[in-house]
Amino acid sequence: MPSTYTLIKGETLASSAASYTFTAIPSTFTDLVVRISGRDNTGGGSINNYAALRINSITSNYSETYLYGSGTSPSTGRFNAMSDWLFGGGWLSSAGGTSNTFSNTEIYIPNYAGSTNKVASNFTVQENNTSGSNQVGVEALLLGNTAAITSLLITPSGASFVTGSSFYLYGIKNS
Amino acid sequence: MANPTRIEVNCTTGEVLEIELTDEEVAQRDADAAVSETQRKADEKAAADKAVARTAILDRLGLTADEAAILLG
Repeated sequence: MPSTYTLIKGETLASSAASYTFTAIPSTFTDLVVRISGRDNTGGGSINNYAALRINSITSNYSETYLYGSGTSPSTGRFNAMSDWLFGGGWLSSAGGTSNTFSNTEIYIPNYAGSTNKVASNFTVQENNTSGSNQVGVEALLLGNTAAITSLLITPSGASFVTGSSFYLYGIKNS
Repeated sequence: MANPTRIEVNCTTGEVLEIELTDEEVAQRDADAAVSETQRKADEKAAADKAVARTAILDRLGLTADEAAILLG
């Protein structure tokens, strides 16, 4: 159980944004937690979009094992050799999703300032108020890179995150 | 029409920057998204193909998935 849980930075968007980046993340904590309440502006009826998280502008060696659950069936699998981490199974679009609903994500990154390969867990649930397509996405994330994490870039699969999306970064210290 | 903006938050100083994407950044973002989407679809197809192959093998052997799990466990 963490002994501290400190808000580093965060906000709710007052206007749409193509991406949201936390830079100059201090190395003084043990773990990081990213909490996102997000919705993108993708049209076309898709409600199961994903968002992406990129560390330190690194564009290779990301992989993940995922479990997605929809209103009808679960699916599992792996993504390899990605250019960022995708967290899917829980992102809404303006056209396909219920109006004014958001998906909620928590990404936990332990030992982010250490010199080992970086791992994280993601848990995303979609709020959509429908009877047939509730989405959940759970992922084990791995980045084959040992650099300390100093920046996190979050991008939607659509053109932008809509107004009202929120992004919060917390630091956890175990002593 | 203006390009979309990106937000950068400096966690040390608290400074928040709202920066309009350049045309090159928009193009790169679209290219990155296309690559990720292609890879994602390929991985999903591979997983689906594997599941179909597994089912076909079990059918040939006359085993259920639970029975196969017992054998392999």
